[in-house]
Amino acid sequence: MSGLTIVFSLFFYIAFNIFLVGILLKLWKYAATPAPLKIPQTPAPKTAAGVGFRMFQEVALFKSLFRGNKLVWLGGYIFHLGLLLVFIKHFRFLLPSTPLLLDNFVKYDLYTGFILLGALAFLFILRLAIDRHFFISVINDYLLLGLLMAIASTGLLSRFWPGGGVKANIPEIKAFVGGLFSFHPGPVPLNALFLIHFSLVMILLMYFPFSKMMHAFGVFFSPTRNQIDNSRQKRWGPWTVRTPGRPQPEEPVYAQPSFAVSDED
Amino acid sequence: MADPAVEKSPAEIVSEGQHNKDFKPPELTGEIGAPPVRDGMIVKGVTSAIKPHMAKPEIQSKLGFPETLVDNWEEVAVRKLGELLERYKSLQVYLDICVRCGSCTDKCQFYLGSSDPNNMPVARAELLRRVYKRYFTTEGRIFGKMAGAQKLDLGVLSDWYAYFHQCSQCRRCSVFCPYGIDTAEISMAAREIMDSIGLGQQYVNAILGKVHEIGNNLGMNPKALAATLESTEEDLEEETGQKIRLPLDEEGAEVLMVTPSADFFASPHVESLLGYAKVFHQAGISWTLSTAASEAGNFGMFIGNYSQMRKVASRVGVAIREMKTKRLVVGECGHAWRIAYSFWNTLIGPFDTLDPKYPAPQHICEFTLDLVKRGAIKLDKSANDEFTVTFHDSCNVARGSAMGDRPGGQFTIPRELIKASCSRFVDMDKDTIREKTFCCGGGGGLLTDEIMQIRVQGAMPRVQALNSVMQSDGVNFMALICAICKAQLTKVLPKYGIPVSVAGGVHQLVGRAIELGAKA
Ligand code: HEM
Ligand code: SF4
Ligand code: SF4
Ligand code: SF4
Repeated sequence: MSGLTIVFSLFFYIAFNIFLVGILLKLWKYAATPAPLKIPQTPAPKTAAGVGFRMFQEVALFKSLFRGNKLVWLGGYIFHLGLLLVFIKHFRFLLPSTPLLLDNFVKYDLYTGFILLGALAFLFILRLAIDRHFFISVINDYLLLGLLMAIASTGLLSRFWPGGGVKANIPEIKAFVGGLFSFHPGPVPLNALFLIHFSLVMILLMYFPFSKMMHAFGVFFSPTRNQIDNSRQKRWGPWTVRTPGRPQPEEPVYAQPSFAVSDED
Repeated sequence: MADPAVEKSPAEIVSEGQHNKDFKPPELTGEIGAPPVRDGMIVKGVTSAIKPHMAKPEIQSKLGFPETLVDNWEEVAVRKLGELLERYKSLQVYLDICVRCGSCTDKCQFYLGSSDPNNMPVARAELLRRVYKRYFTTEGRIFGKMAGAQKLDLGVLSDWYAYFHQCSQCRRCSVFCPYGIDTAEISMAAREIMDSIGLGQQYVNAILGKVHEIGNNLGMNPKALAATLESTEEDLEEETGQKIRLPLDEEGAEVLMVTPSADFFASPHVESLLGYAKVFHQAGISWTLSTAASEAGNFGMFIGNYSQMRKVASRVGVAIREMKTKRLVVGECGHAWRIAYSFWNTLIGPFDTLDPKYPAPQHICEFTLDLVKRGAIKLDKSANDEFTVTFHDSCNVARGSAMGDRPGGQFTIPRELIKASCSRFVDMDKDTIREKTFCCGGGGGLLTDEIMQIRVQGAMPRVQALNSVMQSDGVNFMALICAICKAQLTKVLPKYGIPVSVAGGVHQLVGRAIELGAKA
């Protein structure tokens, strides 16, 4: 194994572990923290199935965002859909043989990457153009969009720029990336464009658990959206999650309060 | 004049505001748009000096909070934030996952009315989130200011004190957030942190002290309460010729009625109390008020303090057991209903001594509409023919609780009841009602005069929408189901040139329309 292969393999394993462990720790934190009170944002569903449907609408359609801001919804929805499709397309580098459906999808879909890049640019511009959005943005918001645009651009160049020389290297890429997951990486392809694209994705993975990207998981833990509106039918809590080592709830005894009902005028 | 040579204490620096008596209310243009942009940039901080009075030491100590700003406040505040992060999933998740998408930025009445961008919900939340990032996150430690992280210093604390008291915890922002981030939760946490370092708010904390000591927000002791009810009963008899009771502490009554203490004598609140009394009288259901639970309101929520909230609520738990009542009904009050509907079962439940046939607790609008539908009481709409009525969905009812057994009952039930009591009903603009309703501008502990400017500004969207239907449909009555809405609007409407008489209770209408006397 060449030195470079070892360096990039290690890079991958470190980044992937930070990503995985980081997310698991965060999920543990979210799950372990109690929600002492019923705070669904009403009108809210009265059944678990209803809550499931509400959550589905948020995750699959960004329903509340649609009500709130159509432009951001448009940019954000296209971006996420593009991200999902592009993510799926990457499986051809991981799987030993590419399923026919995926193969055809990759062959005929020439646009998703460009649309994704366009949507990211659109979101970037919205932050600059709408003064309210400019006011609330911090530098890392731009950096993250920049990072995603850089990933998308290098990816697109890899596929559509013959001078990049990635096409010729596809079997090698498959051997390297696919091999990383079975702990037998092939030699790292010596192609600058690929190595940049790969490294940027590793940076994204490492940043993920510490950044606002945790919204992808956090949304499912949002008490205003995941609680059932049945506080009168079913007693909630008091503290639904009790984790050893965490502050324990004050028992909500209804018992005699120390009220001195004074009789003086 | 203060001697400029005398240095101000940190507590003074943080809490001293400007109380601008002669500011002008926003104009009623008919539009509720995001404030106009000047030179492509928003002017920051125009309301940074609008601050409520800081709680006096004796008020603070009654609630077990430090008397004044403690010396090591930074350390204590950060420790408290850490504690709250472990206690509240909402806080932990919401501080982490906001993507600053901007969807909530133009949804808060306090931003729309004041044009101070720190009143945009996400900007308000960022005041706390920056500190969270600095002390609790890897991102903030590595990237610092680039990630928006910030050290907690006097400037930040001063902004907290101003802007977390310019949030009525109305949850409007949460409706439009892709993750349901509820800035109210963040305001509550911030206020709890401020209390823990001795930086309390006089108005809310003084009232909490009164409830613990005397039993209600207005500080009416049992004797005064009994006397007031008695004289109101006499007025009622004079007006109607019927012996309509306002029973107090009557053991064994069917219904315990818990209502905001403002209903006992404030105007227009008391009109609704008369309405409840007539409904019980005509339906022939025995009921009682209670001195122990002579307050439905619970300001513990405003300061985000679970123990305070529980302590106030436990009076109701005691009263239902002492009075041995079978049912529990709550009067017209927005945040009180949220706490009753959503929290009571957790705080003082289970309600196993009550009759399981009825929801516990039950809102007075649910109670009355049910009687109307069953024909147990009759309403004569013509008694309200002088009114064209609209309805203000109180934000805490609309977005923090419900009525009936179907989602959205909190919108339909009061409207049905109003329509049964009068002939002409008109809704305000659809973007200003139901779950998109605007707050009256006085909720969440803001109902204190030294911050009148923000109260008037925060009322702008609501008044704007009201004014539109007044012009277009001749609306002259806005029905309310919240004690704070009533107090706030009777104060604020005149500043916009709208007569006080426009604000009134739903049961004020019911009380006028109800047919008293022998049943047909
Ligand atoms: C459950 C899955 C997810 C849901 C429901 C979701 C939802 C959303 C929504 C509603 C927004 C706000 C609209 C916008 O600004 O575009 C957003 C923003 C964003 N999401 Fe996601 N997302 C998910 C997964 C992901 C993942 C896996 C990534 C990883 C790269 C991601 C990256 C981003 C970024 C970078 C933004 C901010 C865009 C900006 O700065 O304007 N999301 N997401
Ligand atoms: S709508 Fe939600 S995610 Fe978007 S900026 Fe506001 S709080 Fe953040
Ligand atoms: S809870 Fe209401 S008042 Fe507070 S920030 Fe949100 S919209 Fe504004
Ligand atoms: S006063 Fe009325 S509108 Fe305002 S916070 Fe309370 S319920 Fe909401």
